[in-house]
Amino acid sequence: MLNHEQWNGFTGGLWREEINVRDFIQKNYQPYEGDESFLAAPTDATNKLWGRLQELQKEERQKGGVLDMDVDIVSSLTSHGAGYIDESMKELETVVGLQTDKPLKRAFMPYGGIKMAEQACQNYGYEPSAKLHEIFTKYHKTHNQAVFDAYTPEIRRARHSHIITGLPDTYGRGRIVGDYRRVALYGIDQLIAFKEADKANVGIDGVMTDDVIRQREELTEQIRALQGMKEMAAIYGFDISQPAKDAREAVQWLYFGYLAAIKTQNGAAMSVGRISTFLDIYIERDLQNGTLTESEAQELIDHLVMKFRMVKFARITSYNELFSGDPVWATLEVAGIGMDGRSLVTKNDYRFLHTLENMGPAPEPNLTVLYSSALPENFKRYAAKISVTTSSIQYENDDVMKVEWGDDYSICCCVSATQTGKEMQFFGARANLAKCLLYAINGGVDEKSGEQIGPEYRGVTGDILDYDDVLQKFDRMMDWLAGLYVNTLNLIQYMHDKYYYEAAEMALIDTDVRRTFATGIAGFSHVVDSLSAIKYAKVKAIRNENGIVTDYETTGDFPRYGNDDERADEIAKWLLKSFLDKIKSRHTYRNSEPTTSILTITSNVVYGKYTGAMPDGREAWVPLSPGANPSYGAEQNGLLASLNSVAKLPYEWALDGISNTQSMTPEALGHNDEERSAQLVNVLDGYFDQGAHHLNVNVFGREKLLDAMEHPEKEEYANFTIRVSGYAVKFINLTREQQLDVIARTFHAHM
Amino acid sequence: MRTCKGRVNAVESFGSVDGPGLRYIFFLQGCSLRCQYCHNPETWPGTGGMEMTADEALRKAMRYKSYWKNGGGITVSGGEPLLQAEFVTALFTLAKEQGISTCIDTSGAVFSREEPVFSRLTALLAVTDTVLLDIKHIDMSKHRDLTGQDNTQILDFAKYLAEIHKPVWIRHVLVPGITDDEESLAQLSAFVAGLGNVQRFEVLPYHRLAVHKYEELGIDYPLVDVPEPTKEMAARAEEILRVKEYQGYKR
Repeated sequence: MLNHEQWNGFTGGLWREEINVRDFIQKNYQPYEGDESFLAAPTDATNKLWGRLQELQKEERQKGGVLDMDVDIVSSLTSHGAGYIDESMKELETVVGLQTDKPLKRAFMPYGGIKMAEQACQNYGYEPSAKLHEIFTKYHKTHNQAVFDAYTPEIRRARHSHIITGLPDTYGRGRIVGDYRRVALYGIDQLIAFKEADKANVGIDGVMTDDVIRQREELTEQIRALQGMKEMAAIYGFDISQPAKDAREAVQWLYFGYLAAIKTQNGAAMSVGRISTFLDIYIERDLQNGTLTESEAQELIDHLVMKFRMVKFARITSYNELFSGDPVWATLEVAGIGMDGRSLVTKNDYRFLHTLENMGPAPEPNLTVLYSSALPENFKRYAAKISVTTSSIQYENDDVMKVEWGDDYSICCCVSATQTGKEMQFFGARANLAKCLLYAINGGVDEKSGEQIGPEYRGVTGDILDYDDVLQKFDRMMDWLAGLYVNTLNLIQYMHDKYYYEAAEMALIDTDVRRTFATGIAGFSHVVDSLSAIKYAKVKAIRNENGIVTDYETTGDFPRYGNDDERADEIAKWLLKSFLDKIKSRHTYRNSEPTTSILTITSNVVYGKYTGAMPDGREAWVPLSPGANPSYGAEQNGLLASLNSVAKLPYEWALDGISNTQSMTPEALGHNDEERSAQLVNVLDGYFDQGAHHLNVNVFGREKLLDAMEHPEKEEYANFTIRVSGYAVKFINLTREQQLDVIARTFHAHM
Repeated sequence: MRTCKGRVNAVESFGSVDGPGLRYIFFLQGCSLRCQYCHNPETWPGTGGMEMTADEALRKAMRYKSYWKNGGGITVSGGEPLLQAEFVTALFTLAKEQGISTCIDTSGAVFSREEPVFSRLTALLAVTDTVLLDIKHIDMSKHRDLTGQDNTQILDFAKYLAEIHKPVWIRHVLVPGITDDEESLAQLSAFVAGLGNVQRFEVLPYHRLAVHKYEELGIDYPLVDVPEPTKEMAARAEEILRVKEYQGYKR
């Protein structure tokens, strides 16, 4: 049994015999059922640092979105000296460590693709280094080059036509959450010892198979990364070889683990994970010992969150169009209920939400409440109050996720669950099913370019669309798309493992790792409504001079998804299940478990730009509705009817997530914040008790968005945060196109 | 009873300010008043809308039961729900069998202590948990100017509800220059204070969101030049009406 004096006062268990953070939490945490009255205001140090950071953020915005950039240092664990928010105030920072040597300065990360790294520099007026260019084109291959070496002509066509978009083939795939808590609980030396033991155990039957070779190489990379983490911490004057001895060290050690990830990977999503209850155990011990006050505890959490608010990557313009507002998905969870029925809410879960009051609203970290109607009423009401006043948090259904992922999962992207420290995800993009339906109608010919992109199956020949005929053609075209999509992802994941392996994150995950293969759907509601239109109304195909169907004339009424109408919602369920089955029938890389999602983040705008008119009345090239949201204007029976439709989609068929974003005016929710919070709890209870997966909650009116769009310079809008599909952004950081899209969405108002 | 039919103009699944908790709202066809600020003029005619049985209506509403944990339920608004009292009684009887909270949102204008109206309405009140009663104006002649009818029956309805101890939320729409003179507010305040069964007293600031409906329906909008009240005006009215003293709804 392991023993460290840093563990004095903790209750023992299996966690002292193996790496098992969940066991440590379960044996040691204190559920909290009280209200928020214990919370502390920001300290002077917090106010000073946050004030300085806001100045820097303002400067960043004024400079066009990037404050500073590296061009000649390749980012690694030890590539930079120590950096602080402000050198002159560095003693105020209770949590230290930056991605580079300066705040908000973006690192140069070429391993995903040198072209994109250089283009990112050029987009913001920086000149990339000729020497690094030579190294990464002549002497060292990048992930991007490897992927394009292997792409087939068919994959290139599908990528070019945007029927598949957002593939992580020029940057990190992300979505891997290291169990950063391990650094605090065990210290790096112990983690190395466990990995060494694992390595000694790989291939002991003496057969050097591909799997054994790869595993041994990966473990060596992981051990090297762990050693690098120690060196990185030493640059800041810390020795993290041993377990953290108190709350302050626990927060710092854990953050160093996360910092290692964001110094070495630029994945689209770089989640923090489920750290709140874990850290509370350290804080409680110090509070009991009298070595920490509540104000100091809040300061630690405020400063940690401040660091998460500073995470930045160098991105190119087209990336920003896809994922608008500079998000990093530093997703961080609070709450949830344990397997034994005890609530996992601790005082620390309040402290994390309270950062939105102490330092105002912010899009990062992507604060996620793991919700159940069985959570303590006090906590539900407090979370709802924070939603009402900041629109900065999202809710996910712990009752449905716990069944699949246990009670120690993290959210690895915007909304997707992953077992903390036990699982990794192969993620990639979305298949545009709206476009796929148009390909079915046009026999694989792209409605925008007129090129033959899909297979030359027979398209629709008559003028009036026949439901059975279209359905059969669509089913066949989806077969093609699912196959091509999975093949593309297999190829990307293979190359990513080979050329851009996540050694630092994987070092904090069990060697015997579970792998999921996460696919996604775009254009969901438009396919459902279009099929409904074809079935229940009369849809006439309009052809252009080349015989390609480019528009539709729909007469008569038809049920739409988003009204709790069984006729449309049945089509929605069929669509999800069909696509999932097609994905599941394919071989997936490293025998990973296939899942799918209905979440589009902000890419719904870009997807829409490449998608022609639809039979449901959606015009050509306008945004698709985001995630699993009903189409704009489709909801005719109010918010709850819309929620009921989305709640019918079984989470079991979309284990990667079903995102739903709803905006309501304050007046629609109640007369004052107290009433609004109580009513929001009623909404959340009712929605999640039906088994729904996710809800983004925005509480503001359209007028505020219009004003913020026209007057972004107003002080009140500097941190005005809104929830979009699966994450939060500062509204003024969205492109104009994205802003208009958000404004066009349904607002549930009171009449 | 299950087959008793009503005329429904529209439904709203998300009513958050129309009774306790979250409410599923039926807006019925037909109203005897013609309030100048009415925001549902499409409900004025007693014809049109969707015809549905009490049973059908309940089944629609019950889809939202999971949202009603904290006292939520069904609210019937209008139009004027008392004009379709048999239908609402049938719907509420079915709802009460399942333990669902029931509210009507009414002007009380068609109340009468005379038969056959009286029995019809007492039957409805027997299955109604809370009455949301709009008192448009306490002054008789100003009430007539505003709504086309006097307020005798409305005030008598309020008194009757007090006699039978029926929980009531009183609502008063605040229209600058029309319903906000100090004398009337003071009178209204005294009247409501004398009732004894009022759980909540709400000032609803007049809003102009319905103007487009009048345009669509081709009806002249009578309050073209009337502005929405300011926050200060609403706060002043709330003070005169002493709304803070009515906290029964929080129980």
